[in-house]
Amino acid sequence: MKQLFSFIRKEFHHILRDKTTVMILLLMPVIQIVLFGFALSQEVKDTKVIVLANTSDDATRRIIDRVDASEYFDVAVVAHNSNDIDAAFRDGKAKLAMVFEDHFSENLKHTGKAHIQLIADATDPNAATSFLFYASNIITNYQQDLSPTQTNSGLITPEVKMLYNPQMKSAFNFVPGVLGMIMILICAMMTSIAIVREKEMGTMEILLVSPMRPIYTILSKIAPYFVLSVINFATIMLLSVFVLKVPIAGSFISLLTVSLLYIFVALSLGLLISTLTSSQLAAMMISGMGLMIPVMLLSGMIFPIENMPVFLRFISNFVPARWYIDAVKTIMIKGLGLGDVLKDVGVLILMGTVLVTISLKKFKVRLG
Amino acid sequence: MNISDNSSPIAIHCESVSKNYKKIEALKNINFDVKRGEIFGIIGPDGAGKTTLFRILTTLILPDNGTATIDGFDVVASYKEIRKRVGYMPGRFSLYQDLTVEENLEFFATVFNTTIEENYELIKDIYIQIEPFKNRRAGKLSGGMKQKLALSCALIHKPSVLFLDEPTTGVDPVSRKEFWGMLQKLREQGITILVSTPYMDEASLCDRIALIQNGQFLRIDTPENIVGQFADILWAAKSDNMHKLLEDLRNDEQVKSSFAFGDSIHVTVENGQLTVDSLKKYLIERGHKNIEIQPIEPTIEDCFMELSNTQI
Amino acid sequence: MDTVIKVENLTKRFGDFTAVDNISFEVKRGEIFGFLGANGAGKTTAMRMLCGLSIPTEGKGTVAGYDIFRQPELVKKSIGYMSQKFSMYEDLKVWENLELFGGIYGMHDKEIKRKTDELMGRLNFEEERDQLVKSLPLGFKQKLAFSVSIFHHPQVVFLDEPTGGVDPITRRRFWEMIYDATASGITVFVTTHYMDEAEYCDRVSIMVDGRIEALDSPMNLKRTYNAKNMDEVFQQLARKSTRKAD
Repeated sequence: MKQLFSFIRKEFHHILRDKTTVMILLLMPVIQIVLFGFALSQEVKDTKVIVLANTSDDATRRIIDRVDASEYFDVAVVAHNSNDIDAAFRDGKAKLAMVFEDHFSENLKHTGKAHIQLIADATDPNAATSFLFYASNIITNYQQDLSPTQTNSGLITPEVKMLYNPQMKSAFNFVPGVLGMIMILICAMMTSIAIVREKEMGTMEILLVSPMRPIYTILSKIAPYFVLSVINFATIMLLSVFVLKVPIAGSFISLLTVSLLYIFVALSLGLLISTLTSSQLAAMMISGMGLMIPVMLLSGMIFPIENMPVFLRFISNFVPARWYIDAVKTIMIKGLGLGDVLKDVGVLILMGTVLVTISLKKFKVRLG
Repeated sequence: MNISDNSSPIAIHCESVSKNYKKIEALKNINFDVKRGEIFGIIGPDGAGKTTLFRILTTLILPDNGTATIDGFDVVASYKEIRKRVGYMPGRFSLYQDLTVEENLEFFATVFNTTIEENYELIKDIYIQIEPFKNRRAGKLSGGMKQKLALSCALIHKPSVLFLDEPTTGVDPVSRKEFWGMLQKLREQGITILVSTPYMDEASLCDRIALIQNGQFLRIDTPENIVGQFADILWAAKSDNMHKLLEDLRNDEQVKSSFAFGDSIHVTVENGQLTVDSLKKYLIERGHKNIEIQPIEPTIEDCFMELSNTQI
Repeated sequence: MDTVIKVENLTKRFGDFTAVDNISFEVKRGEIFGFLGANGAGKTTAMRMLCGLSIPTEGKGTVAGYDIFRQPELVKKSIGYMSQKFSMYEDLKVWENLELFGGIYGMHDKEIKRKTDELMGRLNFEEERDQLVKSLPLGFKQKLAFSVSIFHHPQVVFLDEPTGGVDPITRRRFWEMIYDATASGITVFVTTHYMDEAEYCDRVSIMVDGRIEALDSPMNLKRTYNAKNMDEVFQQLARKSTRKAD
C-alpha cells in the first residue's frame, strides 16, 4: 500500500510542477463554457425583420413594436409590396418577414380572427426554427394581453411546443456536451500521455525491473487525473448553474453517479491507448483524432443523432460520450432519475468493463 | 532446483542466448557465467548488442533462444523473483527530472519496499556527495551527479546483482574514474556487478570481461589473460611526421596493421616476419626523422582491434 | 598561417552563474584544436557562442573572420557542425541527406551532384547511396555525418564528441578522415572524452570551471605537468574543479 501512495504522491508532483499544463487543464472547462455560452451561442439575436402592413392600424403597430423591442429582433425595413421582401431576402437585409393581412386590426376586433404570414430565410434551418418560434411567441403573448380571459382563440399561432427548454436556451444543449468532452480530454488523453511518458523517458524500464505491481503503476497514473476530472466536473456544474442559469432539474447524486461512471470509462480508454502506443505524440494523436472528433461529431453534442445517416448512427453507439450526454440531459435538464437512464448506465458499465479488461490484459510486464 | 539463494557461486548464468529484431541478429549464441561478487564487464561499441543482453537478463525482453538465470531464477519463468533482487541502471539517464534528488531516492526506495534509512550504509559513500543538493531537481544536476543519483537509486534496495548499462558513456574521465572507485567498494560488500562500456580502458578495472561485437562475444576472460593471448608482436612507433608515418606503415606489406594510439602508432607484426631494425631502415628510406620503435605490451583496445579484425 | 578563430575575454553568465569565465584563445587555419573539459566545465556553452547560437555576455570573438556577436548568420554559413546526438535525418536516404544539407548551405545543384558522386566514390559508398540512413551500421553513419558536416567546405568544423561509443577501429578511421579534412585546409575544433584522441590534436585546451586552465600542444602539456599521457594531464587539472552540481 505504501508503494501505491508513494507512487501517487510522485504523480501529483509531476503534475503540480508542470504549472502550464495544470493551468490549462483547470481553465479549459471555464474557457469552453465561456466560448460555447457566449461566442458560439446558437441563439438568435437581433434578427433583421422586414414588415409589410398595408393597413397601418393599432394592432399592427403594437405587434411590430413588441417584435422590435424584443432582444431577438430588429425591425429593419418596412416594405411596401411583396417585391420589397424578395429584395430584402436576396440582399440579406432581412431574415424574417412579417406580412399582416389587410384590415388586420378590424378583422381581429370584429371576427376575432386575423392572419399574419411569417416568412423565414431558412438557409440556416436551426436559426430559422428558433426565430420563427420566438416570433409566434410574441404574437401569442400580445393576444393574451389583449384578452386575458379567452385563451387560444383568434390569431394564427403555429402550434410549436418546446418541451423542457421553453426558452430554447442553447446552454441546455452544450453543458452536457462540454462535460462529455472535458472528461475524455483529461482522463483519456492525459492519462495515456502520462503513462507513455514513462516509457519515453526510460523510467518504465526501471519500474518494470522492480517488484512494483503493474496495477499500482496504473492506479497511480490514473489517480491525479481522476481528481482533476472531479474538480472540472464541479467547475462546470457551478458555471452552468450560476452563470448560465441552467438549473440541475434532477437529482445531483444521480448526475454525480453517472459522471463518475463516465470518468471510469474515459480513464480505461486512456489506459488502452497507453498500452498501444510508445510515444507521447502517438498517444496524443490517437486520443485527439480517435476520441475528440467522435465526441464532438457523433455524440449528439452538435449534430442530432436522429438526423445522422444510418451508418453514422450505428457508429455513434460506440462513442461513450453519446450515452453520457444523453444521461446528463435526462437527469439535469428533464429532471428525471437514475431509473430513466438505465440503458445509458448499462452501456457505460459494459464499455468500462470491456476496456479495463482489454487494457489490463495488454499491459505489458516487459518491454515492446 | 535448489540453487536459488545468494550462496550459490554463480550469480548470472547465460546459455546459448540469441535475439533477433526482424532481420537483424542482435545477439548470437551468448554463453557466459558471472561468479558471485565479481565485476564482469561487457566491452564493445554501440550497436554491438550490449543493451539487448542487459534487457534479457533484467527480464525486460524475452530471448528467442537459450536460457538465462539470475541467482538461479529463470529470466522468463521467474521474472517476478528476479525483479525483487536486482538493481538496474539503464543506458539513458532514467530518473524523474522534475523530482528532486531526495524525492527520486525516496520513490525508488518505496518501489522496492524499503526505506532510505534501512540501506543508507550501502549508498552512504555515493549519496553523501550529492546530499548537499538533495532539494535540487534531478534534471538540473551535472552529468556526474546524475550518474551518482542513478546509482544510489539502483542500490537502494541492496540488490544481490547490479546491472549497469553503459554507466560512464558521455562522462568525463575524472568522473569515470570516481565511478569505478565506487564499483570497487560495492564489490567489497558482496554485490555482483555486470557492467557494460564502450571505453576499452575501463576493461582493466573488471575482474573478467567479455569483448562483444556484432552480437557475438569475441572472447571471455580476465583482462590479463586476454592481453596475454595477444597473438602478434606489437610495437609503438613514433617519428616527426606522424601522419606520413601511418601512411608509410600501411604501405609496408610486412606490417599487419597500424593504428594511431595516443602519441604513437601501434604496429602489429606477425611472428618472425620483421625486425625493429629493418622497419626503422625502411622508414628512414622514406625520409622519417627521430624514429622511435619499441616493443610494448598490448592494451585491451589492441586486443579488441586484433580480434575484431580477424572476425570481420 | 592566418587565424580562423579568435576569442578575447569571452564570458557567458546565466543569472549569477558564470558558465564561461573570461576565456581567450586563437585557432590557426588547418589546425586541429582539442577542446577538453569535464562535464559542466562550460565547453558546450563556449562552443554555442562560437557557432553563433548564443550571445556572449562579455568579450568578443571572430570565427572565419566574422563577429560572433554581430554577424552570427555569416558565421553559421562558414562553419560545419557535427555532434553525436544529431547528425543526419535517419528516415532520408544517404543522397537525400547530402542534397538537403548542400541546399541548406546554398550550394548549387550541379555542385551538390558532383560532390555527392565524388564523396560516394571516395567513401566506397556507391551501394549505400540509395539506402535510408537508419539502415546503415553505426560506423558508416559516423563517417557520413562527418562528410555531411564538411560537405560545403566550411572554414571551420565543430565536432562535439564525434566518436562516442564507436568501435576502436572506426574511431581511428574517423580521425584519419579528420586529418584528410585538415589537409584540404579545414580547421577542426573538436571535443572528446577519449584522452588518446587528445594526443591527435595539434593543440589542446582544458577547461576547468569555465576557465581555460591549460592550452598547449599535447607534448608540451605532458612536459609541463610531468605526465605520461594526456589522461594524467587531464586528471591533474580537472581535479582542481570546485564547481559541483551545475
